Amino acid sequence: MQYMLLIYGAPAVEPQYGTPAFAEMMEGYAAASAKMVADGVMRSGEGLQGVETATSLRIRGGKVETMDGPFAETKEHLGGYYVIDVPDLDAALKYAALIPSAKYGTVEVRPLMDYNPAGN
Amino acid sequence: MAASEAIAVTKALEAVMRNDRGRLIAALISRLRDFQLAEEALQEAAISALAHWGRVGLPSSPQGWLLKVALRKAIDRLRGGARETRKAAELAHFVGDEADESEPEMIPDQRLRLIFTCCHPALDPKSRVALTLRTLGGLTTGEIARAFLDAEPTMGQRLSRAKAKISAAGIPFKVPDPEDLPDRLNSVLTVVYLIFNAGYTVGPSLDRDLCAEAIFLARMLALLQPGEAEVEGCLALLLITHARRDARLRDDETVALTDQDRALWDRQMLAEGLGLLETAMSRRAPGPFQIKAAIAACQSQSPPDWPQIAALYTGLYRHEPTPIIQLNQAVALAEAGHLPAAIASLVGLAEPLADYQPYHAACAEYLGRAGQTDAALTAYDRAIGMAVSPADAAFLTRRRDRLRA
Repeated sequence: MQYMLLIYGAPAVEPQYGTPAFAEMMEGYAAASAKMVADGVMRSGEGLQGVETATSLRIRGGKVETMDGPFAETKEHLGGYYVIDVPDLDAALKYAALIPSAKYGTVEVRPLMDYNPAGN
Repeated sequence: MAASEAIAVTKALEAVMRNDRGRLIAALISRLRDFQLAEEALQEAAISALAHWGRVGLPSSPQGWLLKVALRKAIDRLRGGARETRKAAELAHFVGDEADESEPEMIPDQRLRLIFTCCHPALDPKSRVALTLRTLGGLTTGEIARAFLDAEPTMGQRLSRAKAKISAAGIPFKVPDPEDLPDRLNSVLTVVYLIFNAGYTVGPSLDRDLCAEAIFLARMLALLQPGEAEVEGCLALLLITHARRDARLRDDETVALTDQDRALWDRQMLAEGLGLLETAMSRRAPGPFQIKAAIAACQSQSPPDWPQIAALYTGLYRHEPTPIIQLNQAVALAEAGHLPAAIASLVGLAEPLADYQPYHAACAEYLGRAGQTDAALTAYDRAIGMAVSPADAAFLTRRRDRLRA
């Protein structure tokens, strides 16, 4: 099964760029990614730029509305993701626990939609 | 078919469905990986059994017969849905291979895997309890709803959502890896304990005795996962507590532990619980359930060893830092003779336990003993208003009236 690990970071409590704790967090990310690749479960993964760069869009009454800022103003923001292919939720949760941001924010684990469950 | 035979067949089927339903459901889910399909298939197989057994008599293994027929019913259903053709083909292969599986011993016991799935931390805690009672205890949705004071449709939705999540989120049907086992076992034992407590709080008025269900589940765990100190501790806790059941009520009124007639305690059950606790502690793998069992054991002494109980609650608080443990510790302190310290602790718990009925009952008792009559009467009124069981309300009402007099 494929799962997306959605990384909701909490910038206010995460280590600041340039500190030893920040370097340690980045090493943690490198180690987590390397393990997912080595285990053959990594499908994709990306980090996002900060929430101050976000633009949100919606269409109402046929009209495109564009807004500065993220979908919702919260303390934790979507900061990146991995997509992994593992046998079950227990395995997905083990990889999620390797993500350093889980110590400061939250990692949400969601199965990807399977558009062809019969496998034909 | 003669009427007597029809009754015999119905009785035999009822007995199998009562005693072996959990095993059959577990075996079906392990093949089908689908809770809903497994339940529906077993239900259909039971209906077929009534007709078929009535015609040709009981099969040599009713359990094996039900399993085989339920699997066929499930495959028929899967073939009906185009999306699942591959799964149906795989399963048909299975049933063919195991057509000789006729002795009940031959049905592999998958209930341990099933209970770990039902109590998976990815499910909401209340759903874990409901799903465990439904699949392993075989309670109906209505029985579970009544036990937890929910409307039946609400409970039905809760169960459907939980089953759907297990399948959609890929919650595995397996015993957890060794490194996850202590946490996951604690999750399972917590569910068993919640079921027991629900039965204990509501009392024997329910259509199903939840205390007995919890003991059944704990015994099953002890059998299937032997040598686990916490499983033994949990079973010991339930047995020691349940041994006092006949002494807990007198004339429909709750009797405090220290006033109970010990001749009414179930000596055999108590001895079994104490023996299990000793075995568990000899494994040198302490845990919260063993501590709770040790507390129950101390309460069974005459008089209860309150200083030791207070010390055990301090140990338990390290595992479960909750205000409810602090409340119990305060009660033990008060009973051990440290009333002012106990009242100071109770005052500090007013906010987190404002909606917890036993908190107000404890405040009423100890404020009363400390001579703070007005505060005690207010606490009695709240505790009586919040009491779930009529027996508790009756007990508290009599204490309040005595204080008022």
